[in-house]
Amino acid sequence: MTFALETQQLTIRFGGHVAVDAVSCAFAPGTLTAIVGPNGAGKTTYFNLISGQLKATTGRVFLHGEDISGCSAPQRSRRGIGRAFQLTNLFPNLTVLENIRLAVQSRAGVGLNLWSVWSHHRELIGRAEEVLETVALTAKRDLAAAALPHGDQRKLEVAILMALEPDVFMFDEPTAGMSVDEVPVILDLIRALKARRDKTILLVEHKMDVVRELADRIIVLHNGALVADGEPAEVIASPIVQEAYLGIEVAK
Amino acid sequence: MIFSRLLSGDLPRSRVLAVVLVAILAGLLLTPFAFPGAKALNVAAKICVFIVLVASFDLLLGYTGIVSFAHTMFFGIGAYGVAIALNRMGPSWSAVALGVVVALLLSLVLSLLIGLFSLRVKAMFYAMITLAVATAFQTFASQLSEFTGGEDGLTFKAPELLSPGFSLSEHPFLGVSLDGRLIAFYLLVAVTLVLFLLMLRIVNSPFGRVLQAIRENAFRAEALGYQTVVYRTCSNVLSAVFATLAGALLALWLRYNGPDTSLSFEIMIDILLMVVIGGMGTLYGSVVGATLFIIVQNYLQDLMKLASEGMSRVPLLRDLLHPDRWLLWLGILFVLSVYRFPTGIVGKLRTKARGNT
Repeated sequence: MTFALETQQLTIRFGGHVAVDAVSCAFAPGTLTAIVGPNGAGKTTYFNLISGQLKATTGRVFLHGEDISGCSAPQRSRRGIGRAFQLTNLFPNLTVLENIRLAVQSRAGVGLNLWSVWSHHRELIGRAEEVLETVALTAKRDLAAAALPHGDQRKLEVAILMALEPDVFMFDEPTAGMSVDEVPVILDLIRALKARRDKTILLVEHKMDVVRELADRIIVLHNGALVADGEPAEVIASPIVQEAYLGIEVAK
Repeated sequence: MIFSRLLSGDLPRSRVLAVVLVAILAGLLLTPFAFPGAKALNVAAKICVFIVLVASFDLLLGYTGIVSFAHTMFFGIGAYGVAIALNRMGPSWSAVALGVVVALLLSLVLSLLIGLFSLRVKAMFYAMITLAVATAFQTFASQLSEFTGGEDGLTFKAPELLSPGFSLSEHPFLGVSLDGRLIAFYLLVAVTLVLFLLMLRIVNSPFGRVLQAIRENAFRAEALGYQTVVYRTCSNVLSAVFATLAGALLALWLRYNGPDTSLSFEIMIDILLMVVIGGMGTLYGSVVGATLFIIVQNYLQDLMKLASEGMSRVPLLRDLLHPDRWLLWLGILFVLSVYRFPTGIVGKLRTKARGNT
């Protein structure tokens, strides 16, 4: 079987500091892997190395068995690695619909079309509206993204990734800073995505109940290194996770 | 609707703005009949040229978020292309065509090179690089005096059809003689209109939307799969091409070109002011900004002369209102307008219109 995504000895050094330390890990197609670990463990940096925002010092990244280590972030995105960011990363002065439409447009590959009028691409707008509906933002479609409350911005962040329809979805703490009643919208989306069984999902998440329910597998990063990998129950029960990182969560 | 199609679906979205735009178009079309005299016609022609020039700069600054100081260089290339060709080959349409084509090719290559080599660097460095290139080009143009006429510039004859000697009819129409100048003027207005609508089309294409995305958040645009350097370079080239055409129009209208009319840094500053006053990233802003600025530039001095004469007994006011002080007043007007309308006139009008509905 070819893995959807695989990293081999993936490493990045910032000066003397090793932020991600020789992480080798393969992700089977159609699975959801949760990545946990304390703050500063290198989870987001690991994501950046996979989606191409950072270039690895050493190590390789494979997508469907193909080496994409030399590809830039836009190239990786077009090949099927999609990314939602931990810190909300939108087009602030464009409307909510336009934020999503730009992702749909990238997927459709009409970005270098200079002559047609954007509003005549009805099918792209229709698709953007569909995605908007799934995150319950239809009523706010014409507001500027910057005018949304934080929770809605997080939803929009996830919606942009959904609209991109990649093969590999990377969610970086998608529910961070959301109010309790908003979280289910995002989790339902991820659940539905997982149920399709044709997309590979990587999820960085701190909420242990969420991880336990959603993940097929958990990997644990600590000081940039992969320290545990396995079935959710097994990993959560392992002494290293219990003691070092999840002590507080478990006690709560 | 045909109107919406012409404007590529990008309507003024403010009743006041729509009225202003129609008034500007009507004013330009009626200038030869409504405002007699060579000055009015020259001002109207200059407005047309600057609408194209400022709109092309807005493509870069307002839509893509690139600060460039090399815009007058491309404007100058267009003007010199036509001037040198007509000066050397004599007044013919083939000389005009050759001049325009060569100028366009030169601009294309230069803007492509500048874009590919330097759009990867930070915005500030890019601005500096363009400043250096533009200054070098200006020196180069005045040094090559055998071709460019140096500081004196080049005077030449326009093709027969556009020259003052040509006459369509013996009899004046509505008191205006139907000569080559009139034909040249209407040709200029028509070309301006076509080029403007073309740019409006470009900014409202899927490509134009990506430019805005890059302006807003280049990092995210890359994460969505848009190769920003490609888009930025395309924007740079397009902007240069339209500026070159504006330069060709200017030279053809003036039948003269020199460093001060098309290459000087002062023009660069003027373009910046026009786009900011009109409203960046709206394209309509370039129409409003260019019209307002050029009218003020040409008539503020006359107005001040009147005021100064009226105040001839009041010592300080008389001096302050002296026509030589017009730049001071223009400066004050500019500061006030930026302070009051940070999004430009068009931005302000649109916000207002949204508030009313």
